[in-house]
Amino acid sequence: MSKRFKSILTPIIAVLLGIIVGTIIMLVSGYNPVAAFTALWNGAFGEVYYLGEVVRQFTPYILAGLAVAFAFRVGLFNIGVEGQFLVGWLAAVWVGVAFDLPRVIHLPLAILAAIVAGALWAFIPGLLKARFRVHEVIVTIMMNYVALHVSNYLIRNVITNHGDNSGPIHKSATLRSPWLESITDYSRLHWGILLAIISCFIMWFLLERTTRGFELRSVGFNQHAAQYAGMNVNKNIILSMVISGAFAGLAGAMEGLGTFEYAAVKGGFSGVGFDGIAVALLGGNTALGVFFSAILFGVLKVGALNMPLEAGVPNELVDIIIALIVFFVASSYFIRVFLDRISKKEVK
Amino acid sequence: MEYVIEMLNIRKEFNGFVANDNITLQLKKGEIHALLGENGAGKSTLMNVLFGLYQPEQGEIRVKGKPVNISNPNIANDLGIGMVHQHFMLVDTFTVTENIILGREITSAGKIDIKKAEQQVREISERYGLAVDPQAKISDISVGMQQRVEILKTLYRGAEILIFDEPSAVLTPQEIKELIQIMKTLIKEGKSIILITHKLKEIMEVSDRCTVIRKGKGIGTVNVSETNPNELASLMVGREVVFKTDKKEGTPKQEVLEIKDLVVKDPRGVTVVNGLNLTVRAGEIVGIAGVDGNGQSEFIEAITGLRKAESGSVKLNGKELVNHTPRQITDSGVAHIPQDRHKHGLVLNFPIGENMVLQTYNKRPFSKNGILNFSEIYKKAKTLISEFDVRTPSEYTLARALSGGNQQKAIIGREIDRNPDLLIAAQPTRGLDVGAIEFIHKRLIEQRDHGKGVLLVSFELDEIMNVSDRIAVIYEGRIVAIVNPKETTEQELGLLMAGSNRKEAGEQSHV
Amino acid sequence: MKKRKIGMALSLVLAAGTLLGACGKSDNTTKEPAKSGEKKTDFSVAMVTDVGGVDDKSFNQSAWEGLQKFGKDNGMTKGKGGYDYLQSKSDADYSTNLNTLARQNFDLVYGIGFLMQAAVEEIAKQQKDSKFAIIDAEVKQPNVASVLFKEQEAAFLAGVAAALQTKSNHIGFIGGMEIPVIERFESGFLAGVKAAKPEVKVDVQYSGAFDKAELGQNIASKMYSSGADVIFHAAGGTGNGLFKEATDRKAKDPSKEIWAIGVDRDQNDMGPDVVLTSALKRVDVAVQDLSKKAMDGKFPGGEVALYGLSEDGVGVAPINAKADKKADIEAAIKDWVEKIKSGAVKVPGTRDELKNFSAK
Repeated sequence: MSKRFKSILTPIIAVLLGIIVGTIIMLVSGYNPVAAFTALWNGAFGEVYYLGEVVRQFTPYILAGLAVAFAFRVGLFNIGVEGQFLVGWLAAVWVGVAFDLPRVIHLPLAILAAIVAGALWAFIPGLLKARFRVHEVIVTIMMNYVALHVSNYLIRNVITNHGDNSGPIHKSATLRSPWLESITDYSRLHWGILLAIISCFIMWFLLERTTRGFELRSVGFNQHAAQYAGMNVNKNIILSMVISGAFAGLAGAMEGLGTFEYAAVKGGFSGVGFDGIAVALLGGNTALGVFFSAILFGVLKVGALNMPLEAGVPNELVDIIIALIVFFVASSYFIRVFLDRISKKEVK
Repeated sequence: MEYVIEMLNIRKEFNGFVANDNITLQLKKGEIHALLGENGAGKSTLMNVLFGLYQPEQGEIRVKGKPVNISNPNIANDLGIGMVHQHFMLVDTFTVTENIILGREITSAGKIDIKKAEQQVREISERYGLAVDPQAKISDISVGMQQRVEILKTLYRGAEILIFDEPSAVLTPQEIKELIQIMKTLIKEGKSIILITHKLKEIMEVSDRCTVIRKGKGIGTVNVSETNPNELASLMVGREVVFKTDKKEGTPKQEVLEIKDLVVKDPRGVTVVNGLNLTVRAGEIVGIAGVDGNGQSEFIEAITGLRKAESGSVKLNGKELVNHTPRQITDSGVAHIPQDRHKHGLVLNFPIGENMVLQTYNKRPFSKNGILNFSEIYKKAKTLISEFDVRTPSEYTLARALSGGNQQKAIIGREIDRNPDLLIAAQPTRGLDVGAIEFIHKRLIEQRDHGKGVLLVSFELDEIMNVSDRIAVIYEGRIVAIVNPKETTEQELGLLMAGSNRKEAGEQSHV
Repeated sequence: MKKRKIGMALSLVLAAGTLLGACGKSDNTTKEPAKSGEKKTDFSVAMVTDVGGVDDKSFNQSAWEGLQKFGKDNGMTKGKGGYDYLQSKSDADYSTNLNTLARQNFDLVYGIGFLMQAAVEEIAKQQKDSKFAIIDAEVKQPNVASVLFKEQEAAFLAGVAAALQTKSNHIGFIGGMEIPVIERFESGFLAGVKAAKPEVKVDVQYSGAFDKAELGQNIASKMYSSGADVIFHAAGGTGNGLFKEATDRKAKDPSKEIWAIGVDRDQNDMGPDVVLTSALKRVDVAVQDLSKKAMDGKFPGGEVALYGLSEDGVGVAPINAKADKKADIEAAIKDWVEKIKSGAVKVPGTRDELKNFSAK
């Protein structure tokens, strides 16, 4: 069994194990797993509307997953994707409500604002890490709270006069299109999925094909060797955080310009940034892996909404299954040992 | 004569790779038995089988004549087998006693009886002449002392058979002498010792018998008194080995590297290089001899730009380079074979091919407009791999998967290929086997003959004496003496390295 | 080794199983199928909760209780074609859930809570044949009925009760997020305190969230420590921390004056010794009322239904029998209720109105 094949098989086995244990849990607690999974399937693929919603759901997951994965490939743990996502969301909506421009200018401008906002938000922990060796995990966690409360403040006091919702963005800044809505029966599917796919390609190309990517990967695997080879480690650390934040900010634009078309005062985190960690983990921190694991998460999350109604199964069960999958990926060591045993038998 | 341990026809394989094939090792009571083999020959695997970490596929282990099944290290401990590891397993912030009793604490009413433990440790230490202070903190004592703590640990656990894994690798010549004395005392007290090593000199000095393994196969056991280093070496490598590296007289020319009053601090702020002066000329090899921890690492890091120098000057071909970036220094014509190839020399998770362009990835033809050209990169890698005899399944194999010797060859190939004016080699042969060492020495001398300056740092006196044209002795961050290898002795160097001045060193070594 | 691994996996599954078993049980109580009466109608109704869920001890729970009661009264069953709810797990789910229920042909779909305003408006535009209702917000669409409450009136009465009960002349108010609904609570409460006892000092603090009980407890702890002896919360799940803190303090020193005032539903069950009263917001009444209208074909689409004291849409829960001022409070409340109902007093619903408010 080749190494590559094993690294693909490991997450698949983790997913299957998660589903199997989830099934056992359902049986033990007296629910009908067949009905539950049928409802899940119908809730994700049963109608073209739900299909549109699934795509809408996993679009920001792809980008949040890329953000986490990109930083991770350079040896950094960006827990701050959630915060970068929130500032990106706000920046996109702000541009969306504040200006009235032709769409060819307005939409790119709003997207760019989200990217820049997310990148700037990640630049701070990157700089602190590079300059003062402050651990990025601590800074990014704090920056999440700062992002949440600063964007609430801005919505309340700057964008509106003590309101709690920015109001809808101008139609010239939206990612949605009547055509996409019409083919998916009024789902909130928007053009952002194209941006997400392009982003996957960008991440792959940047890391695997460019000179800069060579440096970033070197720093990620071995900072000492990178320094020895004459690479500027600090610069690459900051750069990787900025790029990671740019992906996260773009994810925010998906929500601000696509799903919601507004920004509202939030009582807590959206969770997209944190789900991004799980997506990246399951996707093995590669662009393609993130793409597929984001799809899985989108299907599970949207499909789960249908479970209580159609099968009488609480949709928290899907959260448990997702948690189990993450658990099995994290403990993939056991799966690898298992695969090693199998391949050993094949040799004999 | 009774055998305390017999390992008979041991075979161990990993996923189809045979690490040990039909190896037999019989240890007599009260002998020092050397286990000799090149790196990767299977010495460690064999000892791990004995220690219960691996299960053999075939063969039998007997302790005092009785067949045993050692399925985990606890059983090995109970059978009186103790291992003195090459990399010490000690907690730095604990005292000697605390480290020794770790896992075997004497408790009374839930409290550790440290007084009693200290007493016991002191007794054992005195009995075997180890002279260890039970109350000293590990971080405060020398490497040699730490090794004795490891020995004490096995004795405290009641070991009758001690396995020493490359014990001299980290020691100074003086400490090695003391270690040999300790081993002899242990034998006198009735212990038996297996000594894993690839240093022939030590085997000749202390061992009674020697078992040689080559490429996983047992070659045989010889009585040391009936053999000589050359025979042992050819048994180990499988061919004749030339010890003295062939080299013509050097023809030094202009100065390539000129270091003046260099001062460098370590990360804790202690000045470890303290006004160092040195020159290296084109066409000569200057060897830096010294005991580990006298500022060698910081010195090399400072002149290669990896560490900031506090003051002083480093000139390459007359151009000031002090506190320039590693890239500026590299581009000025310095190549560097780093001391720790895993930490600095390679990105282990990159294919070996990509490691070959670790400094030149951003230059044509490997990169154009910011995009890498992988076909050029791997073309280059392929050339270097064959030129420098790097044994790897392919240029796409991860550097991690290569043996130490092949990793080092790859680094040397990469560095020499950049055609530098100055080649800095820090411990280039550490942990390598005879064949690889020979290869590397040849390459260093070849560079010298091409008119390059070579700066060699090594803790192995043999290497320094063999390869260098001049020897600079470093002590406490300064060059305290420059000697001609042809006019010095190992004793003199050893004393200079320990801080004696030149005159004393000369006198003492002739007593 | 192998055995240990299997054992670990097993115990994990078991642990998860019991955990879920426990969840399942608590679910069952709300999921009892309607037993009484046979199906008299083919009317069906459903609601979408916000992230709080139907067991939030507050707003969503109250709505679901109303819907259940309506269902049982009319012989409906839980599920498709009867009455049901969907819980949202994030704000992105509001639209999907509303849409799902509309697609399942429920005759009336509620969006519970102010946060669902945008989603209800959007889906109502798309699903023009379905009927929607939104609680706590206004959506101007012909197929949407909006339900608003005069929370300030209930809060006013709570303020009167608090002012009369306090011994330290120091009262606290814990808000959830600073949104108009909560501002109505705050303004009404402050007005009530001012009307009953102008010298009483009120600490006002917002937690910024409706689901952070630990934060609520922290704020409550600080307020009690600084001398407040009655605290009113309008913070949903965050307020559960208030009851925890109050109960803890009371248990430590039973002689101490420690009171908490609940919100939305009678929260006496959250701390029988410390809950003075609750500012009731009868979402359940409104839900039943509106559902009945819709069933009878009188759906007030495009209109705003305002529920205040006069409509029995808001009020206060019975005063705790252990309060020594119970009689005074009850008398005062009776008095104020009449004044408000008669229009003699207009309770302020915003901070600006509060500034100009005088009880005389």
